[in-house]
Amino acid sequence: MTALSLRNVRKNFGATEIIRGVTLDIAPGERHCIIGPNGAGKTTCFNLISGRFPITSGEILLNGERIDTLPPHKINRMGLSRSFQITSIFQRMSVFENLRCALLWSRGYRYSFWSPLWRQKALNEAAEVLLEDLNLSARRDILAGLLSYAEQRALEIGMTIAGGASVVLLDEPTAGMSNTETDYAMALIRRVTAGKTLLMVEHDMKVVFDLADTITVLVYGQVIASGPPVEVRANRAVQEAYLGALE
Amino acid sequence: MKSRWLILALIAVAIALPWCFYDWGHHRHAGFLLSMLSQMGMMVILALSYNMLLGQAGLFSLCHATFFGIGGYATVHLLNAVGAGDVPVPMELMPLLAGLSGLALAILFGAMATKQRATAFAMITLGISELMATAALMFHHFFGGEGGVTTNRMIENSLFGLTYASGLQVYYLILAWTVLATGLMYYLTLTPLGRMANATRDNFERAQFIGYDPRMVRFLQFALSGFFAGIGGGLYAITYEIVTFDALAAPLSANALLMAYIGGTTVFGGPILGAILITLLQSGVSLLSNSWLVYVGVMFIAMVIFAPTGLAGIIKAHGPIRHSGRLGSLVVPYLRLVIPSLGLLLGFVGLVELMSFLTIGAAQGKKLVLFGGPVDVHAALPWVVSGGSLILGALWLRWEAAGFHRIWENLTAEVRR
Repeated sequence: MTALSLRNVRKNFGATEIIRGVTLDIAPGERHCIIGPNGAGKTTCFNLISGRFPITSGEILLNGERIDTLPPHKINRMGLSRSFQITSIFQRMSVFENLRCALLWSRGYRYSFWSPLWRQKALNEAAEVLLEDLNLSARRDILAGLLSYAEQRALEIGMTIAGGASVVLLDEPTAGMSNTETDYAMALIRRVTAGKTLLMVEHDMKVVFDLADTITVLVYGQVIASGPPVEVRANRAVQEAYLGALE
Repeated sequence: MKSRWLILALIAVAIALPWCFYDWGHHRHAGFLLSMLSQMGMMVILALSYNMLLGQAGLFSLCHATFFGIGGYATVHLLNAVGAGDVPVPMELMPLLAGLSGLALAILFGAMATKQRATAFAMITLGISELMATAALMFHHFFGGEGGVTTNRMIENSLFGLTYASGLQVYYLILAWTVLATGLMYYLTLTPLGRMANATRDNFERAQFIGYDPRMVRFLQFALSGFFAGIGGGLYAITYEIVTFDALAAPLSANALLMAYIGGTTVFGGPILGAILITLLQSGVSLLSNSWLVYVGVMFIAMVIFAPTGLAGIIKAHGPIRHSGRLGSLVVPYLRLVIPSLGLLLGFVGLVELMSFLTIGAAQGKKLVLFGGPVDVHAALPWVVSGGSLILGALWLRWEAAGFHRIWENLTAEVRR
């Protein structure tokens, strides 16, 4: 069974068709990158999968179950988590609180207004371990909004994987980073998504060809190629549409 | 640890205060003080419960008095029922039942309002406020029309055998419930719901992608804040033995907002400060001047513009400087601000009072007494002095404030290093 499937997914905004029949199958544990020129619909795809926007037609399945009619929080509870291209964190809360909040639902706390957080030993330890993983321990009690850009990106990734989702969607996690920061972020992503299914939008071709098991090329809302990096690189249509300039 | 002592000290002061003004000659408590302290207690609850929405969940509600008022009406009817011997409820538990009535109504209205965000939410709560105000005037059986509903709190049903005939006993009942409600509201901030309320305030969208339905978080927070507001309303009914339309109308909702904002919405205890300050102004300044609401309004506007974090926020900003032991170096700069501020303040107060005495004061046949002497409002001198003091004070303060700002920036930069 596939971890995530898109079957002929379409999305219209008004009269404009942004996603024009995307079909995609992602196997469990696969590292799948989506590339394509600006405006190809990569982020829109993420928004459809994660439930941020409803799809116009088609089907999206997570571990064999339909998710395309569910709201984002229910999709998240089923084990799909995403990050945002523009950093999306809880600005006025500490780094530690950000991570702890991201852990809460998966640990069964729901909307509890009776369990005191300071006594939840396992939860607090998990948040500390996560801080350690992200190399943010020194910044534990700082407001998330005051972190540096790279640190905020790391926190964003941490919050995305905190809930233990089996399918992780990362939207341009290295955008706007320097080379060293990118290397560091990629090492972090490899580490924290080990054993998970990873779907990633990325512009940095070096990163993509380093990391991906499979690459899908999206152009004007359609998949023009999908396969292992070697095949995609050799694909004539891809070279014309997108990669040509880079090689 | 330190804050624990501060809390204990505050409670001790609240307990002891009535005795500091005890009239030993007549064996009587100062009635004015007791009623002011009682009012403070319920306003603290109202302001804190409002801040569960504004400060903690980022919800700009305009109908908070609705839940305060319903708690009041419920208590009045309950007191009447207990007084008539229909139901046995001890006085000490009345505020709890008042809270439950606030909770019930907040569940109903919260289900309507919390589906929406930002402006739409504020609009709906404004509608709710108007709806309840209209209902209060229409449904006489429950709300008693314009005259309200009266009761007698001496129901002779108490867990401790108290009669509540004296203001002191009522005050201690209020104090006990204020401490309890404050403690519970603080506890709530340390639970998963409390933290997720902060999270949905900061980033509504993100909360959905970590598994939470932000509407549900807001709904629960709204319902719980209604519960606490209801407790405040119950205490109001017990104190005044009458509940009218005023207890749920828009001005009280605005008051809740003022107290929370002026006190500071970003710190848990901020609204307590705001409630105490506004109540002091209300009971103190309103005796001295017709225009006290003008002062509260201007203070609110000044806070919004110059100190959006409120009094508590200002105090909190001094934290790092205090820790580094540099607080002393701010004494002189602060003193330099005092003189122009006083000029500005006195000029402004002078002008407002002069104007108010031209119209309202004259109609009431009062004489304007400013700073210990009678003042002729038709002479030019007091107007010139006040106006000059206002303008000079403002200009001087602007200049001093720029200097203070530099010193402050340098100091905070030093402390950070």
